[in-house]
Amino acid sequence: MALLKRDLALSVRAGGGFGLALAFFLIVVTLTPFAVGPNSATLATIAAGILWLGALLSCLLSLDRILALDFEDGSLELLATAPIPLEGVATLKAFAHWLTTGLPLTLAAPLLGVLLHLPAEGFFWLTLSLAIGTPALSVIGTFGAALTVGLKRGGLLLSLIVLPLYVPTLIFGAEVARRGTQGMPADTPLALLAGITLATVALLPFASAAAIRINLR
Amino acid sequence: MSERLPKPTSLWEYANPRRFMALSGFLLPFVAVGTAVALLIGLTWGFFFTPDDYRQGSTVKIIYIHVPSAMVAINAWMMMLVASLIWLIRRHHVSALAAKAAAPVGATMTLIALATGAIWGQPMWGTWWAWDPRLTSFLVLFLFYLGYMALWAAIDNDDTAAELTSVLCIVGSVFAVLSRYALAFWNQGLHQGASVLRAGAVTGDTEERVSNIFAVPLFISMAGFVGFFILLLLVRTRTEVRARRMKALQARERMS
Repeated sequence: MALLKRDLALSVRAGGGFGLALAFFLIVVTLTPFAVGPNSATLATIAAGILWLGALLSCLLSLDRILALDFEDGSLELLATAPIPLEGVATLKAFAHWLTTGLPLTLAAPLLGVLLHLPAEGFFWLTLSLAIGTPALSVIGTFGAALTVGLKRGGLLLSLIVLPLYVPTLIFGAEVARRGTQGMPADTPLALLAGITLATVALLPFASAAAIRINLR
Repeated sequence: MSERLPKPTSLWEYANPRRFMALSGFLLPFVAVGTAVALLIGLTWGFFFTPDDYRQGSTVKIIYIHVPSAMVAINAWMMMLVASLIWLIRRHHVSALAAKAAAPVGATMTLIALATGAIWGQPMWGTWWAWDPRLTSFLVLFLFYLGYMALWAAIDNDDTAAELTSVLCIVGSVFAVLSRYALAFWNQGLHQGASVLRAGAVTGDTEERVSNIFAVPLFISMAGFVGFFILLLLVRTRTEVRARRMKALQARERMS
């Protein structure tokens, strides 16, 4: 619990990913109409997908901060020897990342949806799918960060490793938002998305902790 | 290698680098000849001695490269998964090196399958590329190969690299399967279903199957591609073992 508080305080105060991810999300959404044209019908059809993609990329931006700072100043080694299991540390780190990135992105998405002329039915489904899907992004990202934490220039490699792992989450998440926007039933992809999130939250911290242990050795 | 090695009592003893080098050096010429014969027969028979398909014309002959390379691309990843598990559980260095050696071969096979698929798709479907689940999952598989190889290349310490890539391979396998089914859910495909190795495909009680005229040379060239993969795998693993040995010798030189 203290660890969670510390991580939250660090990310808010240390000029970290907190505002940065949101600003990046805003910029992606602002740039989209410049790329595809201001036609509101076109924007409305792609709005849900662009918002999901934007949220995913903003999430990616702050991943290397999850563990890198702690690795550099040695506190990760202290955490590894602390009485709390490393799997728990990995879960808490992912949770802190979600609270500072996934949750703000989820809350900001409906506002940015207005900019992209997202149809009225879409707002509920978009927010719901992001709320359910972004924890998976944080947990998978923590795994990627754990793999690359010992590297000097791990940032680009981290994206290369994590992005393919994001494929199923993105497919189901964007599918929920898209079907919801078109007024189709979205129960099946929603259930699958929730399944992915629950499974990754349950299993991936073990892989992350294993990777951290290898990197600390 | 002057002293004689005692007779092996278990399969695992071949994980000993010296024993592996001895065995693979012995097997290499046989695999090479077998591969060459199978590829020569399979491809020549396929290209010159099978009739053109009545609908597809001569483009059907791409199958002799497309299907075997796709099969090897998937099974190379499977082999990497098994090798990674063996490394994590039993700590045999040869296993980790074999996984490393297989990755570029698998990635190249994935590219070959994608490229021949595009060339075949252009006259048949009228498009080079479609966001079909099978095509897309191959692209995703290629990305997995890229990430895996990049991670190997990025880490200096060999043992750390082996461990981390093994973890990535296991997690990646789960996600690769997940992506496959997610993609099937996401879009309906143009690509036909499994029609080569399927229950009923050989006995002939299904409508959609590869006809026997094409099947026999296809199986031969599939065997040839598998042999080719094993050949490259052995050669590359031997190179890795030798490179590792050289590193150890250099380190010993510096110490003394």
